Amino acid sequence: MSTLVQAGALPSRTAAATDSARARWGRRFQHGGWFVAPFFVLYGLFVIVPVVRGLYLSFTDANISGEHTAFVGLDNYREALKDDLVRDSLWHSVQFTLYVVPVIVVTALLMALIAHHTVHFRWLWRLCFFAPFLLPSAVVGNLWWWLFQPTNGMVNHVLGWDTPWLTQKSTAMLAIVVATLWWTVGFSFLLYLAALQNIPRHLYEAAELDGAGSLQRLLHITVPNLRNITGLVLALQVLASLQVFDQAVVMYQFGPGPEESTRTFVQYTLEQGFTSYRVGYASAISLILFLIIAAVALGRMWLLRDREEAATR
Amino acid sequence: MTTPVVRKPRSTWTPAQIALTLVAAALSLVWLAPLAWALSTSLKTPTESVLSPHWIPDDLTAESWRAVLDAGNIPNWFVNSLVVSVCVTFLVLLVASLAGYGFARTEFRGKPVLLALTMAGLMFSPAVLGVPLFTTVQSLGMVDTYWGMILPQCAPAAMVYILYKFFQSLPKELEEAAFIDGAGRWRIFFTIVLPLSKPSLSAVGIFTFIASWNNFLWPYMVTNNPDLMTLPNGIATVQNSFGIVWPQLMAGGLIAGLPLIVVFVFFQSQIVRGVAHTGLAGQ
Repeated sequence: MSTLVQAGALPSRTAAATDSARARWGRRFQHGGWFVAPFFVLYGLFVIVPVVRGLYLSFTDANISGEHTAFVGLDNYREALKDDLVRDSLWHSVQFTLYVVPVIVVTALLMALIAHHTVHFRWLWRLCFFAPFLLPSAVVGNLWWWLFQPTNGMVNHVLGWDTPWLTQKSTAMLAIVVATLWWTVGFSFLLYLAALQNIPRHLYEAAELDGAGSLQRLLHITVPNLRNITGLVLALQVLASLQVFDQAVVMYQFGPGPEESTRTFVQYTLEQGFTSYRVGYASAISLILFLIIAAVALGRMWLLRDREEAATR
Repeated sequence: MTTPVVRKPRSTWTPAQIALTLVAAALSLVWLAPLAWALSTSLKTPTESVLSPHWIPDDLTAESWRAVLDAGNIPNWFVNSLVVSVCVTFLVLLVASLAGYGFARTEFRGKPVLLALTMAGLMFSPAVLGVPLFTTVQSLGMVDTYWGMILPQCAPAAMVYILYKFFQSLPKELEEAAFIDGAGRWRIFFTIVLPLSKPSLSAVGIFTFIASWNNFLWPYMVTNNPDLMTLPNGIATVQNSFGIVWPQLMAGGLIAGLPLIVVFVFFQSQIVRGVAHTGLAGQ
């Protein structure tokens, strides 16, 4: 049909093309749709269908077996608004995000500045700072569970304290934050390092000629040039931290932590879905998390568009 | 660059450089300490590990490493992890590069809608979709199968987006020349575009492999069968349920973590570039 017209960006075929059966067969698959089709089969099955299904399930009392499902309207949502555990677990995830994001951004930036400005053994600093990121979350969880043991863990041994990190409410979340910082800071560190290497050298050379000291160069060249990457690191960290699950549950053996102080939101949805078998309710509360994540993502896009407009003005 | 060679040794070890190097070394020690502690624990006997804490084991023993390897579970999970991660990486590279190319270089009806759908997918993750994704996979009969673990990890909107941006930035001239010579899109894609895209593809591939090797949440949801588990979730669920033997727990963790760290030591610059590339594409 219109396959020849679909050439799009490319100039259309010349008449010299042979019209053998094979060429005709080949031409049938020139349509751009064939290129995106394999992706959309998987994307449809494992993203679009679950999204639609989740939305549908959230209006039902479905259990894990999928049998005897009844439509319950907005009951799940009404229940979620009154559910103390929804509120508490959501607060724990938000609390974790508020603690961990600033710490990671600042540490990553400091590490990048150090690794960038040191002339010797750069590969070694890069290796040390990034290596923990390569560990599976379960290993990180087990490791810090061990390191935070009150009487024979490394943390108290090094500090000379006897804090029961994992069994008292006041330090339980802090322990997860420390473990997460150690584990994931390497990724943001690499992003900052790449951004530092992208800053044109001539800016520094010109500033030096003008007599700017190293602090002035840092404040007036480095920091402004890192604004975009900081926005990216912040956004990625906020989105990842709101979805915290792995290391938190492994450090507390899939439990809710001391006085239920570390049960995260994802953990609560999975408890509802897979422990209480309330698939309908779990889908409804997942939607709350999705709305928050979508708000953050769209908010960032909106901010970026604002900035692009400012740049072109 | 114009500095005479004689000045070089003096200029690199300035007082500022010495201070920076010391700070970097101190920070690196802090970052390595947990791994060193894990290694030290794994080489202690179970009794010694719970005595008063100390760095150097009194009697060095590989007993826990041997116990972990002999128990059979960890080598088995290691193979499962390898199978799953290699399949996921291969499928993601294939599917995402095809889709990225389709979006970047062809026009067809419905393309803007599909592109918008893909972009929307950047906001969904297994953490948000977990429960309905599980029931979907359940109705496909894929719970407790390799396919159930692999396929849901193979629809990454982010990777399609990164490759789409990359293909858009490639110059069109080569493709146009080949097109005039009568080559079809598929020939152009496999013989011209893909070879030009090696840095981008290796970035996506490396990143996908790390993510898949370390993926905990999805395998944890989709399988309870200890024979099918991947290394991370085997370690977190089955190994811990045997009762805590710290040296074995640490040995198992190191076995799970070391392969990627060793790979990193050898391919450091590619991985660094890969992470920077995939990350920066979101800017």
